[in-house]
Order: sequence, then C-alpha cells, then structure tokens
Amino acid sequence: MWADIVFAFRQELIVTVIIFLLLVIKIRSAEYGTEVILRLVNLLLLVNFILGFFTGPDSSWFSGMFHTGRLVVLEKNMLNLGTLIISLQGYEWLKGHRQVFEFYMLLLATLLGFFFMISAGNLLMFYLGLELSAIPLAALASFDLEKRRSSEAAMKFILSSAFSSGLLLFGISLLYGATGTLDFGGIAARLDGSAFQLFAFILVLSGFGFKISAVPFHLWTADVYEGSPVAVTAYLSVISKGGVFFIFIVTLYTVFRPLAGNWYSILVLLSVLTMVTGNLFALRQDNLKRLLAFSSIAQSGFILAGITGSSRGGEASVIYFILVYIFSNLGAFGVVSFVSARTGKESIQDYRGLYATNRWLSWVIAISLFSLAGIPPTAGFFGKFFLLMAGAGKGNYVFIIIAALNMIVSLYYYLRVVKAIFMDSQPEPIGKLKIPVMSNIAFAVCVLGIIMTGLVGEIYEYIYSLSKGF
Amino acid sequence: MNLSLLIIMPLITAAVVLFCRSTGGIRWVSLAGVSVQLLLSFGLLALYWKERAAGDDATMLFEYRHAWFPSWNIWYHVGVDGISVSMILLTAFVMEAAILVSWSIKSMSKEYFILLHLLSAGAYGFFLSLDLFTVFFFLEVSVIPKFLLIGIWGSGRKDYSAMKLALMLMGGSALVFVGLVGLYYNVGGGHGFDWLAIGQMHMPVEVQRQWFPFLFVGFGIFTALFPFHTWVPDGHSSAPTAASMFLAGVSMKLGGYGCLRVAAFLMPEAAKEYSPVIILLATIAIVYGAFATMMQKDLKYINAYSSVSHCGFILLGIGMLTRTAITGAVMQMISHGLMTALFFAAIGMIYDRTHTRLVQQLGGLLKIMPFVSTVFVLAGLCSLGLPGLSGFVSEITVFMGSWQREGGMYRLATVLACASIVVTAVYILRATGQTIMGPVEKPSYNGLSDATWNERLASILLGAGIIAIGVAPFWLSDLLGPGVRAIMDHAGNAFGIK
Repeated sequence: MWADIVFAFRQELIVTVIIFLLLVIKIRSAEYGTEVILRLVNLLLLVNFILGFFTGPDSSWFSGMFHTGRLVVLEKNMLNLGTLIISLQGYEWLKGHRQVFEFYMLLLATLLGFFFMISAGNLLMFYLGLELSAIPLAALASFDLEKRRSSEAAMKFILSSAFSSGLLLFGISLLYGATGTLDFGGIAARLDGSAFQLFAFILVLSGFGFKISAVPFHLWTADVYEGSPVAVTAYLSVISKGGVFFIFIVTLYTVFRPLAGNWYSILVLLSVLTMVTGNLFALRQDNLKRLLAFSSIAQSGFILAGITGSSRGGEASVIYFILVYIFSNLGAFGVVSFVSARTGKESIQDYRGLYATNRWLSWVIAISLFSLAGIPPTAGFFGKFFLLMAGAGKGNYVFIIIAALNMIVSLYYYLRVVKAIFMDSQPEPIGKLKIPVMSNIAFAVCVLGIIMTGLVGEIYEYIYSLSKGF
Repeated sequence: MNLSLLIIMPLITAAVVLFCRSTGGIRWVSLAGVSVQLLLSFGLLALYWKERAAGDDATMLFEYRHAWFPSWNIWYHVGVDGISVSMILLTAFVMEAAILVSWSIKSMSKEYFILLHLLSAGAYGFFLSLDLFTVFFFLEVSVIPKFLLIGIWGSGRKDYSAMKLALMLMGGSALVFVGLVGLYYNVGGGHGFDWLAIGQMHMPVEVQRQWFPFLFVGFGIFTALFPFHTWVPDGHSSAPTAASMFLAGVSMKLGGYGCLRVAAFLMPEAAKEYSPVIILLATIAIVYGAFATMMQKDLKYINAYSSVSHCGFILLGIGMLTRTAITGAVMQMISHGLMTALFFAAIGMIYDRTHTRLVQQLGGLLKIMPFVSTVFVLAGLCSLGLPGLSGFVSEITVFMGSWQREGGMYRLATVLACASIVVTAVYILRATGQTIMGPVEKPSYNGLSDATWNERLASILLGAGIIAIGVAPFWLSDLLGPGVRAIMDHAGNAFGIK
C-alpha cells in the first residue's frame, strides 16, 4: 500500500523533498556556496527526470482525486525536463543572485502545483494545483528585485491571475450547482448542454484562456514576459503554458465532451484570433523578449488548432508539440537569457553581427527559431504539421488555410532575428561570451531535442500510443 | 541500389566539412563528396538501364519503404523512374560544378559549403520521394539554406531578395500543405500520403477540382509561375554564384517536377480542366519574361528573367498534356538546369575578374579571357535554342507536343511561345556582342587572367551535358520514355488527348 503510494507520487515527492531540503539548509543557514546548491538542485531534478522513465500501471487515488498513468507521468516528466533546462540555463543569472534558495523554493512549488493539476481527476484538485502554482509564479515574476519593471510585471500577473482564477472558480461553482459533483467523470455524465451549463463552461474557458494567453485574454502576456527575469519568462511561456494545456485537453475531451458541438466553433474562433493577433503584434516588436512573448501567443493559437481536431491524433499532436515547444522555446529563451545576463542587451538591433563573435550561440537561437517557425528538418515542422493535420480532421479547410498563411507571417519575424544575427553588422557587436558548462549542456539538450524529436518518428508514436483521444 | 545513400552522402559530407580545420580541407572534402555523389548518380543510371533491360517494367524501381509515423500513415518511401533518375543526374552535375566554382569563397567558407550540401540533400530527397509528406518535407528543407546563402554571401539588395525568396517559397509550400491536407482527408481509402496509391484511386472530379489549384500553384511558385515569379530575378541576382547555379539549375525544377508528378499525375481530370489557365499563365511568363529580359542591363538579371521565360516552357509543356509535350517539359527542365547553371558560372567568372555585371561596362572579353567567353557564348547559344545544343532539343519537343493539342487557343499559345525565341535571340546576341566582342572596354581589363582549372572543369562538365543532350537526345528521351508513358497510361484517358 505505502509502496504503491510512494511509487504513484514519486515525482511529487521528489520535488517536495527538494523543497524541504532547501528549506532545512536555509534555516540552518549553513555556509553552502551558491554553486553547490545549484548543482544539488539540478542533480535532484535529473534524478526525478530519470525516475520518470520507470512507468507503472494507471491508478487512481483518494476517490478519484488524483490520477496517474503512463501519459500523466510522461507529461510531468516533460515539465520536469523543461524546469531542469531552465535551471541549467539560469545558472549564470542565479550565480550572482542573492536569493537562490527562495528562487528554487518558489519555482519548485510551482512545478509541484502543475504536477497535481495534471493529475487531477476532480475540479477541486485541479483548482488547488493551479493556485499552488499561480501564487509563487507572481513572486517569481518580481524576482529581479532591483528592477521596477519586474515588480510591475508581478503586479500585472497577480491581478490577471486572480481575475482569471475568479472566473474559473465562478465557473466551477456553477458547474457544481448544475451537476452536483466536482468529479470529472461525474460532471461529464450530467452535462446536457443547457444554457446554464454553457454559461459555466464559458467562464471556465475564459479562466483557461487567461492561463494559455489566448486572445482576447492575452493582454497581460507581453508586459509580464518583458518585465520578468528571462528565466521566469521562459518558465511562464513553456512550463506554465504546457501544464495548463495538458489539463485543458483533459477538461475538454472528458469533462466537457458532451458540449463538444458547442465548444468546437468557439475554439476555432479563439485559435484564429490568437494566431492572427499574436503574429501581427510580433511583427512590430524590437525587444526579443516581447517578440518571443507574442510568438508564444501565436503558438498557443496553433496548439488550439490541434485541440479542435477532437481526435486521438489531436491529443497526441498537442502533447507532442508541447515537447517540441519546450526544446525550441527554451533554446531561444536560453540564448536571450544568457546574453541578457552578460550584457543586458535584449533588442534585435543589439544582436546584429552576433554570428561573427558567438557562432554556437547564434546557431542555437537560429535553430530554435527555425523550429518555432516550423521549418524542416527541425521538430517544429513535424509539430505544426500534425497540429494542423489534426485541426483539419473536421473538414474545416478555411481554418487551415488561415493557419498556413500565419505560418508565412511568423516566418517573417523569426527570419528578421536570423537576419540581424547572420547578415547585419554594427560598430559595437556583442563581444565574445564565454559560455559556462551548465548553459552549454542546456543548449546542447535543446538543439539535440529539436533535431531528434522530429526525425525519430517513434517519439510521436509513443505519445500517440498513450493518448486516449476523444 | 539503396537510394537513401544519395540523401545521406551530402549529409556525411557536410558533417565532415564541419570538422575540417583549413579552408583547403573544406574545399577538397566538399569536392570529394560531390564527386562521390556524381559517381553514385551515374551508378544509379547504369543500374536503372540494367534493370529496365532485364525487362523490369514496374513504375518505380529500387523502392524502399519504412514506416515513419504509422499513426498518420506517413512513410519514408523512395523510388525512381527515368524522370527522377534524370533529375538526380542534373542535381549531381550542378552540385559538382557549383562546388568547383566556389573555390574562391573565403569568408565563412565552412558554413557556405555546409549549406550547399544541405541544399543538395534536400533536392535529392525531393526527387526520390514517393510519399507526399516527404515530398513536402524536402521541398521546405531547402528554404533556409537558400535564405542564408543569399543573405550572407550575396550581393546587391541581398537582404530584400533573401527575405522575398524565403517568404514567397514559404507561401508556395503553405499552398502545397493545404493541398496535401485536403487530399489526405478527401481521398479516403486510408492511403495516407502515398502518391502512387492515391494516383491509382482516380479521385472524384469534384475533389480534384478543389485541390488541384493549391498543389499546382504551390509547386508553380517554385518554378516561377506567373504572377508569382517575382522572387526569381531578385533571388537569383543577389545570390552568390554557386547558389544562383543551384537555385536556377535545380531548385526551380523542384516546382516543375512537383507540378508534373503531383498535380498532373494525381489529378488528371482537374489538370485537363485547368489546362487553359495553366497555358495562359505559362504563355504570359514566356513572352513577358522574354521582353523583360530585353530591358535588363545586369548579366545576372538577364539570365534570371530569361529563366522565367524558359521555365514557362516547362509549365507550357505540362499544361498541354500530350505525351510529346510532357517529354519536352522534362527535357527542358534538364536542359535549362544545365544551361542556366553554366550561364551563371560564366557570369560569376566574369564578375570575379571585372567586378561588374553591367553589360555597358564590359566589352571585348574574348581577347582577354577566351575560355570564359567561350563558355558564355555556349550557354547563350543554348539558351536561344541553337541546334546541336540541348536547348533546341527540348524546346522543339515542347513545341511539337504543343502543336498536337488541337484548338485555337493552344495553337495561338504555341505560336507565341515559338515567337519568343526570336526575342531570346535578340537579348542573348546583344548581351554577347557587347560583353564578348568589340574593343576592350576598360584598359584595366587587359591584365585579367583566364579561367582557373576548377572553373574550367566545372564549365566542361556542364558544357558536356548540354552538348551530349543536343547531339544525341535519344538517350535522354529513352530514359524519360517509360516514366512519361506511365503518366500517359495512367492519365491519358482523362486527358482525352492522344
């Protein structure tokens, strides 16, 4: 019994253990160097990642509150891997930061929240997980303690987050009123598409919309991304978004399945709006963080397109894309984060002539951007292809044409960055930067992931074999 | 023969180049790599003949299938017929010549050669693919290397040209993508993306009518279909010599090949219905391209606009849908590929020495660099269709095939296309006269050297191909025969044309 519980909760337990370990070290204020702590945390995250490969049978705990299975373990492992990459990339920034302990405690609390959220089988559990992650995230957003923009970002984040949580809670309470249960399966069985239930659904959807920064709920995104420390921005754009998308699929495909006829067109509309708005705004950005923020909004639109497919392929393509997205976006953010930590430069103009001095960094960011743009042979190509293939499964080809046009628009702004790096020059380019080993490992993992995830078809097929679908 | 070798070989070469230390090493490794590719493609040709002589009349030879994404029914599936063998030979020839003329690249030579090898891997993959997914995959693979080659090593308005090329080609592949998705869901029968199997199904006409334009225009953009040809002049003119050669010689043929295979083979009924539109656009491209060339003063622009005109013949041949015209279209792809690569190589050699490409600033080059000038004249004469060179063979085949299609409009289009040859003669002879003949324009030109060994080798290679096709076209038409016959057997009834 206990062994089973420990096994089922091993990922949550390890993260909790790391948090407590840090707490104990902090309280006893032992004279550990920052670097030792950083290495320790990275090592434990790696252990957690490796343990994630040992899979067990599907099981359900605490009367359906907590589900686990091979797919859930895989999803958690993806988030864990992403956190590890961010931690490695942030090494440079954290080494000079005074509050490394607090940073990791908050970060891991967030991760723990996402783990519980993904495993949720009950709206209460889902909400608990979500809030466990939302509040530390706000603190993380303000972690550049000396910068006003960072505090501003945190304020914006906490307000929008609270607002979206409010909407979500209101929706959940209405759902409870309509169905008398908070259990995912129970709700699904009692939904009949009445106006009251639809209203509840819209509220829940809006709450999700905030979290995945779908248009028109995206307004906080760019400011928060720009103000936060880059490591936190990367975390927000990849881990936070990925985690919410995982549970979003479950919610749509199981809880709101009876309302599928209603949500299909809403999601198509959201997807188109999100893609178009994200891309159009990204065209005009000069700050790389803002550019990546809007590009990540546009990517959300593509992910939504895959979700509208309402098929097993749709679910698999979304999970697969998030894996691809973790590698690609973290590759891009990693370079921006590193350059920003060293030189404080973040705009496209500053990157002109980067290739002449920093070849490896330039290739890392270029390959990541190609993957985000969906250019073969990077994994982004396969990810986008499958998302749109799934989206077309319902026969809505106008939608796919719009998405395909958006691919062209997005290529333009990604290529602008590539052009600045490879083709332009400036009198004072960024000098040669020495890259520490940890960051290099993270970059190598990203590039390797971008190339292998696509070309090795078995990865997608594995995810597909785990997907339950619609 | 394991066809995947052709895709892997450039990748291995690129990988070895990555670890080369000296510029010399990079060059020689690259040359060795492309030479092996050339040998491989000759080997493929020999094996292909042997297999056909042994009586193997399967549509595709040396097929290999490997499940890539089984849940989407996506396969890595390669195979060749005569048409793809000839395209692979073309790619190998152009690549060999492109590496040879890049000998003088100094800045970032490692990246330059790696990108060229990636381009060629994409082209080989495209011509080998029998699965629409991999067709699309390899079609898009080449976009970024092109963008970087033009943007980094290019000249003139390179930023603008590189961006324009990348976005327009991406637009083309977006259309192809929509077409593929449409086919996937509307064909039925769980054939996935296997185009041989889809071809056997004979889709309903309504489905064809709906998806044909996406695929045809999408591939058409790659081969300068009017009015989407505008990336060609800018892209080709700004690119460095080897990239121009590859772009005009091979990359544009991806589009023509795709139009022929995917559009005309998969959807013959729709091809018939849309053929007046295709012919109209092709004729406009031919005539407009020819007249636009007359106005150009820059040698590279002259060749780039004339490419628009010449690629119009490819689309014209495909649009006419007769056996002879389609054979002519494929021959034109090969001929134009060799000719334009040779032309760009010659222009590159002239530019490297005189540092100008403007016709007015050149003159009397024959006295100073006889070899380069001869190459230039040879390419020019091939371009204007002199008998004995490949241009004549392929164009006359297209014209004869076009004339077989009865109907006032088709006749008119044929006549206009034929008449454009006169315009071609005007601009080619004028450019040749001004640059090659006459007095030496500037005294500083007198001391310039003639072609180096590597440039000579590249020119001889491409020139030999042009002459071989021009003098003895039968080997090429025999090679293409079974492939074209398969298309006609499959689609001939739908075309309703003998």
